Amino acid sequence: MSLTQEAPPAPAAEPVVRKPSTRKRLIPYWLLLPGILWLVVFFALPLVYQASTSVQTGSLEKGFEVTWHFRTYWDALSDYYPQFIRSLLYAGTATLLCLLLGYPLAYLIAFKAGRWRNLVLVLVIAPFFTSFLIRTLAWKTILADGGAVVDVLNTLHVLDVTSWLGWTENNRVLATPMAVVCGLTYNFLPFMILPLYTSLERIDGRLHEAAGDLYATPATTFRKVTFPLSMPGVVSGTLLTFIPASGDYVNAELLGSTDTKMVGSVIQTQFLRVLDYPTAAALSFILMAAVLIMVTVYIRRSGTEDLV
Amino acid sequence: MSALRWLRRHLVVIAGLLTLAYMILPNIVVMVFSFNKPNGRFNYSWQRFSLDAWKDPCGVADMCGSLSLSLQIAVWATIGATALGTMIAFALVRYRFRARGAINSLIFLPMAMPEVVMAASLLTLFLNMGAQLGFWTILIAHIMFCLSFVVTAVKARVMSMDPRLEEAARDLYAGPVQTFVRVTLPIAAPGIAAGALLAFALSFDDFIITNFNAGSTVTFPMFVWGSAQRGTPVQINVIGTAMFIIAVLVVLTGQLIANRRKNARP
Repeated sequence: MSLTQEAPPAPAAEPVVRKPSTRKRLIPYWLLLPGILWLVVFFALPLVYQASTSVQTGSLEKGFEVTWHFRTYWDALSDYYPQFIRSLLYAGTATLLCLLLGYPLAYLIAFKAGRWRNLVLVLVIAPFFTSFLIRTLAWKTILADGGAVVDVLNTLHVLDVTSWLGWTENNRVLATPMAVVCGLTYNFLPFMILPLYTSLERIDGRLHEAAGDLYATPATTFRKVTFPLSMPGVVSGTLLTFIPASGDYVNAELLGSTDTKMVGSVIQTQFLRVLDYPTAAALSFILMAAVLIMVTVYIRRSGTEDLV
Repeated sequence: MSALRWLRRHLVVIAGLLTLAYMILPNIVVMVFSFNKPNGRFNYSWQRFSLDAWKDPCGVADMCGSLSLSLQIAVWATIGATALGTMIAFALVRYRFRARGAINSLIFLPMAMPEVVMAASLLTLFLNMGAQLGFWTILIAHIMFCLSFVVTAVKARVMSMDPRLEEAARDLYAGPVQTFVRVTLPIAAPGIAAGALLAFALSFDDFIITNFNAGSTVTFPMFVWGSAQRGTPVQINVIGTAMFIIAVLVVLTGQLIANRRKNARP
């Protein structure tokens, strides 16, 4: 760790009058040391180990050896590209749905809820504290074949359309892409709503009044004032939803079928059951790279680089 | 067409309430099905009303054991992550030093990475070190991924603190320890509490990272996961309902206290 070697000079801009003693200058490093050490040993170092594992060959009995076998990456990608594409597609769709569903609710809490605001916020936060696995299992009951939801969708012929689109099969929802995306959307909605709410709440209400005074319709006010000002919330909400959703396998396993497996599922199976560590490591590196690239491009395009 | 106009005027409210209903629906289903008496091993379809599960919540083998294990891990992970995270947050906000940017990215990265990747890489480290998977590896992993969230929560609060309050305390001859305990800590407390609460929730509910690094140890989320394959006892719904009610009460009380404070301020 290089950060403990040298104490920096105090920058002139700081309103520090007295020149701090050496002992005082070391305070930030002592504060940082335990936590940063923890992250280096248990977060950064594991990534290095995984990088090394991904270019090893061997087996559990004979042991693994670093052979710079980069073909593992190619093999993993050509074997499992459907799961990769599916993961990014499902996560993207869920993120979009979260934004569409979450925005009105965040708007409602920020501007319209009045004295109900606290209660609504509690109902948004409370799921964080209730087991998400139990709640995901509840979707099995809600979307069950003979259940009310499927009956209504069937009567309205919605399922005919979605089946034609390939989202559902044989007039059932469970074990189809639609069920998985529904579960993903549900599970990550709070991660979208909270940042949206935070950035909406900061907007000065007088801006809305000013827009109204200048003869802007509510729609124009939203398009030109509210939405642009909520961009930081949109961006961080999207990231907080998309990143975990792309690696999730709980929804795909509980609500989907073998045709809806996501890449997280493959990584888990390779690591914990097949014990093919190089392939599993390569797969998780490809996932990480894909997510990082998409996130970087997204942040660049949305023009909020200073956000992170 | 007054009905249509009414609908247009209240479109946002209606859409928002529909989303809220979507979010609450599973909780209601969990609650209702905690009073079910299922026919087979799976509690997915309504049979008839019964209070059996509520009368005997620990009647399922291993469930309450896994629950208490999860609580223990969550408590220790919260303590660890909150202590380490608060220290980092103070250092980042209050001091200027080298490698600040690098440390900021190191804090940000765990939140910007799919959990599977972190879980799998930590497992390769443990396998390479020959560590025995179990309580300690779970705890290490939980502190690791909760840390960043605590730092973010505490940082937000410390950044909005007025440093002049501490200067004033020093001017009134308070020593560094006294200033910290009587001035700094009370002001930073809501941020620290928020971070701790978040860490507790994240640790208690974590499945993916635990699944990779638990070995044969079974936490509550892992018990639920296993029961999804073997058969879900009604008691799981009882626990889920209890957790929801406790969570609502805890968060509501927290908000009431915060509001009281806000109103008490001149």
